[in-house]
Amino acid sequence: MQRRTLLAATGAAAALCATLGAPLHAQDDPLTVGFIYVGPVGDGGWTYQHDQGRLEVEEHFGDAVETIYQENVPEGADAARAITQMVLAGADLIFTTSFGYMDATAEVAEQFPDVKFEHATGYIRGDNLATYDSRFYEGRAVEGLIAGHLTESNRIGYIGSFPIPEVIQGINSSFLHAQEVNPDVEMVVVWAYTWFDPAKEADAAQALIEQGVDVILQHTDSTAPQAAAEQAGNVYTFGQASDMAAFKPMPRVASIIDDWGPYYIERVQAVMDGTWEPTGTWGGMSDGHVVIGEITDAVPAEVKAEAEEMIDAISSGEYHPFTGPINKQDGSVWLEEGEVATDEQLLGMDFFVEGLTGDIPS
Amino acid sequence: MMRLERRPQPSEAWSWATPILAVVLTMIVGGILFVFLGKDPILAIRTIFWDPLFGSFASYTRPQLLVKAGPLILIAIGLSLGFRAGIWNIGAEGQYIMGAVTGAAVGLAFYPSEARWLVFPLMIVAGAIGGAFWAWIPGILKVRFGTNEILVSLMLVYVAENILAYAALGPLKNPEGMGFPGSRNLARWDTTANPELIAGTGMHWGVAFAFIAVIAAYVLLSRHTLGFAIRVTGASPRAAAFSGVDPKRLVILAMLISGALAGLAGIFEVTGPAGQISIDFGVGYGFTAIIVAFLGRLHPIGILLAGLLLALTYIGGEMAQLQLGLPAAAIQLFQGMLLFFLLALDVLTNFRPRFGADAAA
Amino acid sequence: MGDINPILLLASLMVASTPILFAALGELIVERAGVLNLGVEGMMITGAVVGFAAGVGFGSATMGFIAAALAGAALSLIFGVLTQYLLSNQVATGLALTLFGLGLASLIGQSYVGIRAPATVRLDIPLLSDLPVLGRILFRHDFLVYLGLGMVAAVWYFLNRTRAGLILKAVGENHEAAHALGYKVVRIRLAAIAFGGAMAGLGGAYLSIIRVPQWTEGLTAGAGWIALAIVVFASWRPIRLLVGAYLFGGITVLQLNLQAAGARVPVEILSMSPYLVTIIVLVILSAGRGGAALGAPGSLGRSFHASR
Repeated sequence: MQRRTLLAATGAAAALCATLGAPLHAQDDPLTVGFIYVGPVGDGGWTYQHDQGRLEVEEHFGDAVETIYQENVPEGADAARAITQMVLAGADLIFTTSFGYMDATAEVAEQFPDVKFEHATGYIRGDNLATYDSRFYEGRAVEGLIAGHLTESNRIGYIGSFPIPEVIQGINSSFLHAQEVNPDVEMVVVWAYTWFDPAKEADAAQALIEQGVDVILQHTDSTAPQAAAEQAGNVYTFGQASDMAAFKPMPRVASIIDDWGPYYIERVQAVMDGTWEPTGTWGGMSDGHVVIGEITDAVPAEVKAEAEEMIDAISSGEYHPFTGPINKQDGSVWLEEGEVATDEQLLGMDFFVEGLTGDIPS
Repeated sequence: MMRLERRPQPSEAWSWATPILAVVLTMIVGGILFVFLGKDPILAIRTIFWDPLFGSFASYTRPQLLVKAGPLILIAIGLSLGFRAGIWNIGAEGQYIMGAVTGAAVGLAFYPSEARWLVFPLMIVAGAIGGAFWAWIPGILKVRFGTNEILVSLMLVYVAENILAYAALGPLKNPEGMGFPGSRNLARWDTTANPELIAGTGMHWGVAFAFIAVIAAYVLLSRHTLGFAIRVTGASPRAAAFSGVDPKRLVILAMLISGALAGLAGIFEVTGPAGQISIDFGVGYGFTAIIVAFLGRLHPIGILLAGLLLALTYIGGEMAQLQLGLPAAAIQLFQGMLLFFLLALDVLTNFRPRFGADAAA
Repeated sequence: MGDINPILLLASLMVASTPILFAALGELIVERAGVLNLGVEGMMITGAVVGFAAGVGFGSATMGFIAAALAGAALSLIFGVLTQYLLSNQVATGLALTLFGLGLASLIGQSYVGIRAPATVRLDIPLLSDLPVLGRILFRHDFLVYLGLGMVAAVWYFLNRTRAGLILKAVGENHEAAHALGYKVVRIRLAAIAFGGAMAGLGGAYLSIIRVPQWTEGLTAGAGWIALAIVVFASWRPIRLLVGAYLFGGITVLQLNLQAAGARVPVEILSMSPYLVTIIVLVILSAGRGGAALGAPGSLGRSFHASR
């Protein structure tokens, strides 16, 4: 049976380009790099950080590179078209920056073998389709350590977005490291079921505060929890995705910054050098993809020193946040003494570690 | 002073001229906006209105116009039948979602069957039923209790959105999807895929149904007793009652038809362009279709043209973003302006402006 | 496992409900005048960004709120002119207004991302705020929370105790009759529409200046649509509207509190319940009066043209 392709039109367009003499650009033209964003560049979080990465690419390469982007592309019917139009507009390398673009990116990548694609946070790769993601759990370990020291009520709150491995890694990582410095610590997890909804995030933070939580970690992108914490007065928070520097020095005592710039520059360079490969990159602190923003003076000096020590240890590869012994929530052994979690184990993480209460919704 | 005087007959000439005038006015005001944003207005307007049709990538973008317009037209046709009779179903977004969810659920229940001949038609039927059922609720409540259908159908949109979220996170979630919300990809599974019928045309089953719906609505309105009932009810409910139209039956029928068409749009979208049930599946086609219905003056041909015009601004807007770096917000604003002008100028079709002292009296 | 403190829950519910309360109160007046404006979301978000920008620009939250109200009213008048003078369809025009407002807001907001809002004074009413139970619920909020409650009372008073309110309702119930009695239907409706816009703008600015407080795109995240639902739930009555706002705003708060307290909750069922309740309320209202005299204003959504 003939394989059905949804966008046979794309094939036709590809054929058209071929007859016109692909590639569309002559060799000495600047390399065109495209970005597909799920939110507006003004979201102050996820998309904003990707766009900062784009700007770093522009600054680094100057005239040798031209960047184009499209914002607010819904994950679904419009994604494949947006990506295809970007190809037709002459892009040589395209970054699609949300999990929901996975199928659309794969589909378009099949149609245009001469263009390079990179999909963020997904798991489908192809001859011209690479994936990339960041080890946010490394940053969560540092946050957990700080949180464990700072909490006086011994209750830490965590605003989760969706119960997916990436978020669960963050919860487990921060809890393990909070527990290490403060064995009595409890973690209260609230699922917001959104990546971005300021009002709801404020409500979630408020609910946590009313439950006696005095440190809040968030895996949603708005600053609303920071504002709620500031109003409460004695609650600590951490910036998420971007630095959220406006809330320094309190409540925001540190932050996890997604810094996509170094990766984007590296990949663009690879395309220029002809060394680009469809790799699966999972960068962390050592690559500069995950950066801990300024730890403010609201954190005691010795805690800050301890946190910086951990940052160094993780960055140098000396320490992995998921090093055994670690048990699962039900008490069964997950990692033996000294055993380090493999990437596969982390990517499929669907359980809480021992000591966490509550269930992961399914 | 200016005063409006109702024309005895809607003006044929103005009904053609106003959309053109509206587009021209939008180009002028939009052009000024683009100048303020530091862009070449002529180039921007050419990119939005001309390039998708005749630009260098038109062989790709022209079919995409159909893909984008298809669901809008399909939903708007259904809505227009009710609107003409004064039945205000504004919850098409919910019916669209419910059609997609029910249809997808039926399809996924058969996974990994290869019996396309059975599964795909079943899904289409399920989609239509899902949408029709969701529209039937405000219909029956109106008939039984006199409840306002505008409000009930709108409320049901929110309920449908929650059902969608539940389906994407729960029962329909892809078991091989690494825990991410969202169903299996129906477009990449041969049994349920809704592919292009003729390569390179953008014509998938949903677009085909949209064209069929346009023709069927045209015939229905001009030849069929139901069409007569709709028209006479719209003109004068009292006259309709005298001529033997059962208003309750008409409400239920209009709601069922509009719901079924919205449901169909949903199932064709989820098996085709969208590919899967996800939390963000509802992108507002149901609401945009209301605008399309009015822009098309509730006439089947008008709706066809209005749907294509709106699709043009979407695709052209995307190209302007890409090629000229216009922000998405500017495109949204531009579309809003276009709608305002179209709606505002429509008054000339039915009314004649009078100026001077006489009018002030 | 923690317990939920009902006092704290009530207090945070009042804050959570304030933006939708403002927007819904405005829309209530608009609908009472017989006009259905579906553009609340667009007016809210425009109010949010203009209020934020003005607040930052003048360094004063108060100026921000004033600017937000003006912006909301100005935007609503586009809708007003189109529907009242040019007799365009209200549903379609309202939807277009939302589209326009969302685009306008993100354009205006481009240079305000990541900036902090000006500080607002929280009005802890002295003495009273130290009262047990009631003090925490009632007397420790920002000014806008009190203003919102005051507006509920004012709108109630206006509709039920003033001649102007009576005229507004008459226009909404039957515009032909009101016209025949010599009332300026179009002007009254325009005033109502502008009021609705101003209130929506205030609600949006409450989010951007006090609640979040920052400008980000998509800030209102559908709050305007919820406001529309609340008006219906309240069957166009201000006191019930307050209950509705607390119910709709409260469900999210309650759901998150239950989670934080360690309870397992079916999030989607809770989230859709206010809408289902609204439908049931509508049915009861309509059925209770034999279907003829609905809760809805008689001329709701219909265009008015004085043929002479």
